[in-house]
Amino acid sequence: MNQPIKSTDIHQSILDDQKSQDRRKMMINGVLLLVLLAAPLAIYPVFLMKILCFSLFAVAFNLLFGFTGLLSFGHAAFLAAGGYTTGYLLSNYSGLGTEMGIIAGTLVATGLGLAFALLSIRRQGIYFAMVTLALAQLVFFFFVQSEFTGGEDGMHGIPRGELFGLVSLEDNLNMYYFVLAVFIACYLLVQRVVGSPFGQVLKAIKQNEPRAVSLGYNVDRYKILAFVLSAALAGLAGSMKSVVFQLASLNDAHWHMSGEVILMTLVGGMGTLLGPVVGATFVVNVEYQLSQGPLRDWVDPILGAIFVLTVLAFRSGIVGEIQKFMRRNLS
Amino acid sequence: MTMTKKLLTSAVASALMVGAAQAEITDNTVKIGYLADMSGTYRDLAGPNGLAALEMAIKDFGGKVNGAKIEVVSADDRNSPDAASSTVRRWVENDNVDMVAGLVASSVSIAVSKILEENDKLGIVSGSAASSITNEHCTPNHIHYVYDTYPLANGTASAVVKEGGQSWYLLTADYAFGHALEGDVTRVVEENGGEVIGKVRHPFPTQDFSSFILQAQASGADVVGLANAGADTTNAINTASEFGVTQSGQTLAALLLFLTDVHALGAETAQGIQLTTGWYWDMNDETREWSDRFMEETGVRPTMVHAGIYSSTLQYLNAVAATGSDNAQAVREQMMDTPINDMFAKNGRIREDGRMVHDMYLAEVKTPAESSSDWDLYKILRTIPADQAYRPLSESKCDLVNN
Repeated sequence: MNQPIKSTDIHQSILDDQKSQDRRKMMINGVLLLVLLAAPLAIYPVFLMKILCFSLFAVAFNLLFGFTGLLSFGHAAFLAAGGYTTGYLLSNYSGLGTEMGIIAGTLVATGLGLAFALLSIRRQGIYFAMVTLALAQLVFFFFVQSEFTGGEDGMHGIPRGELFGLVSLEDNLNMYYFVLAVFIACYLLVQRVVGSPFGQVLKAIKQNEPRAVSLGYNVDRYKILAFVLSAALAGLAGSMKSVVFQLASLNDAHWHMSGEVILMTLVGGMGTLLGPVVGATFVVNVEYQLSQGPLRDWVDPILGAIFVLTVLAFRSGIVGEIQKFMRRNLS
Repeated sequence: MTMTKKLLTSAVASALMVGAAQAEITDNTVKIGYLADMSGTYRDLAGPNGLAALEMAIKDFGGKVNGAKIEVVSADDRNSPDAASSTVRRWVENDNVDMVAGLVASSVSIAVSKILEENDKLGIVSGSAASSITNEHCTPNHIHYVYDTYPLANGTASAVVKEGGQSWYLLTADYAFGHALEGDVTRVVEENGGEVIGKVRHPFPTQDFSSFILQAQASGADVVGLANAGADTTNAINTASEFGVTQSGQTLAALLLFLTDVHALGAETAQGIQLTTGWYWDMNDETREWSDRFMEETGVRPTMVHAGIYSSTLQYLNAVAATGSDNAQAVREQMMDTPINDMFAKNGRIREDGRMVHDMYLAEVKTPAESSSDWDLYKILRTIPADQAYRPLSESKCDLVNN
C-alpha cells in the first residue's frame, strides 16, 4: 500500500512542471511580441510609444520595489534627468546621433541614481522613501531654476534625428520599432537579472533582510546595485520619451510622476515581470480615455479610487490576481 | 478638331478643379479641437466653460460654414505637455482637426504649436500667459489671442506708477516666470520715475506668505507688487488681507489674476487690489448682453479667457467663410487682414508674430460696500492703449518679424 516515493521521481516531476511552465511563459511572450509588432497597424503609434516608455519606467521601478522591496519615492528625478539630458544634447549638438543622446541621458540618470543610492540606502522603510523624495525634490528645484530646461515652459522642439545616421526617426513607424526594440531588450535584461543568483539575493533581501545579512551577503552593496540599475532604466525611459514627444517638461520631474509609477506598478502587480507593463498600459489608457470623454473632470478621483481598491481588495494587482486564479483552477 | 477641343476643355476643367481643391474646406467639415485643463488648477479660468463659449460661437455663427458642417472635439490636457502633444498629434494626423482652441498652460501651448507647425494646422491660444509664445516660440501656425505677461507687467506697473504709486516692493516667485516678471516690472517702474525699494523671492510654490508679507509691510513701500501667479498669488493676497496691507494704505498690485480668482477670494479679501485685464464682463452693454447669455449657459460670469475663446472662434469661422478654405495659412492671413471689432475687442489686430493686440484695462477690485453682487468685482481705472500694452515688434525675437 505504501509505495516508497523515489526522490528522483519528485525531482523529475518538478522538472516537468517547470518545463511546462516555461513553455507557457514562452507562448505568452511570443503572442505578446506578435501583438506588439502588429499593434501600430491598428493603434496610433505615438500613443503606443507613450505606453512603452511608461512601461519601461514601471519595469525599472518594479525591479527596485517589487523584487528588492525598496520603495523609492523619487524615481521621477531619473526620468527627468534622462529626458532633459537627451533633449539638451540633441537640441544643441546636431552632429550627435540620437542613440548617443539617449545613451548620454541614461548615463546621467545612472550617476544620479548612484548618488541617491549612496545617501538613501542607509535608512529603511518609510525613512528611505522620504530621503528619496527629498532628494528628488532637490533635483526638481534644480530643473525649475536652470535656464537650459526652460523652467515652466519646458524644453521643446527636440529633433528626433536619425538612428546610427541611417534610419530617419521622424517617421512614426521607424520610431516605434526602435522604441519597441529598446523596450524588449530592457525587459529581457530585467528578466535575466531577476532570474540570476543576483536576483535571488535581491528577493532574499526583500523577504528577510537580517537573514540575508546573517548568510553573509553584503546587503547594502546589493541594494545599491539594484537601485542604480533601476535608475539607469528609468533614465533610459525618460530619454526615449523626450525623443518620442520631442519635448521634456517639469511634469516628468514632479513628485506626481513618482506617485504615478507606484500606481502603475501596484495596479499591474508588483513583483511580477509583466505586471508593470500591464499597469502602465492600463493607467495610460484610463487617463487617455477619460480625458476625451464626459468623465474628464473626474480623472484624478477615478484613478485614486482604483488605487484604493487595488490596495484594499486586489493586493497582487491585475497580473498577480490572474496568476493566483490560474494556480487555483488550472493546475 | 473636336478631339483637341475636348482635350482642351478637360484640361482647363481639371486645372480649375485643382485650383478649387486648394481653396476648399477639406472633407467638407471644419473640425475644431478644444484642448484645456478640465480638471486641474486652471479649470475655472478656461475649462469646461470655455468649451461652452466655443459652442456658443458656433451656434451664433449658424452651425455651418459655407455649407460645411462644424464639428467639435475636446480633451483634457491635464496640464501636461506629453498628454497634450499625444492628443493633438492624433487629432491632426488621424482625425483631420483643422484648428485647436483653448490652450492654457504655457508649456502645453508651446508643445502644441510645434506640432501644429509640423502639420500646418492652426492654433488659437486663449489661456496662456507666457509672452514667449509669440516671441522666441512664435510659429506661422498659431495666434495668441487674449493677453500675455508683457502687458500685465507693463500695463499694471506703468499705470500704478502714474496713479501715484512711487515706491515698490516686489514679491517674486523664484523661477524663470517670476524672474521675467520682476525684471519687466522693475524696468517699467524705473522708466516711469518710480523706484523699487526692495524685493524678496519666495519659493515656488509657497503656502505660507506671512514672513514675506511682513517684510513688504515693514518696507513702507507705496505698492506691493506680486510677481507670481495662480495659487501663489491668491495665497499672498489672503495673507496680505489678514495683515491688513491695503487697509493700512499700501496698494497691492497683482500681475496675473483672473476674475474667477477674485470671485473665489471675495471682495472682502481682495478689495483694493490693482490688476490688468484684457476684458471685463461689466464694461458696456455689449459685454453685459453676452455675459448674461453665458451665465444662462454656465451659471458663472465669463473670464477674459472665455470671452476670448468666443471671439476668436467667431473670427476664425468668419475667415474660413471669407476664404472658403480651412487651410491654416490662408485663414491666418485672412484673420490678420481683418480688424477685430466685437464685444471682446475694439480695433484689435493680429500681428505677423501671431500676437493679437488690443486695448487692456487697469482695474481695481471693489470694496464690499461698492460691490452690488457676487460678480460685481472690478472698477476699470484706465484703458491701456493697444500700442502701449504689448511688446513692440522692434523688440521681437520672433523669426517671422523682419528686424
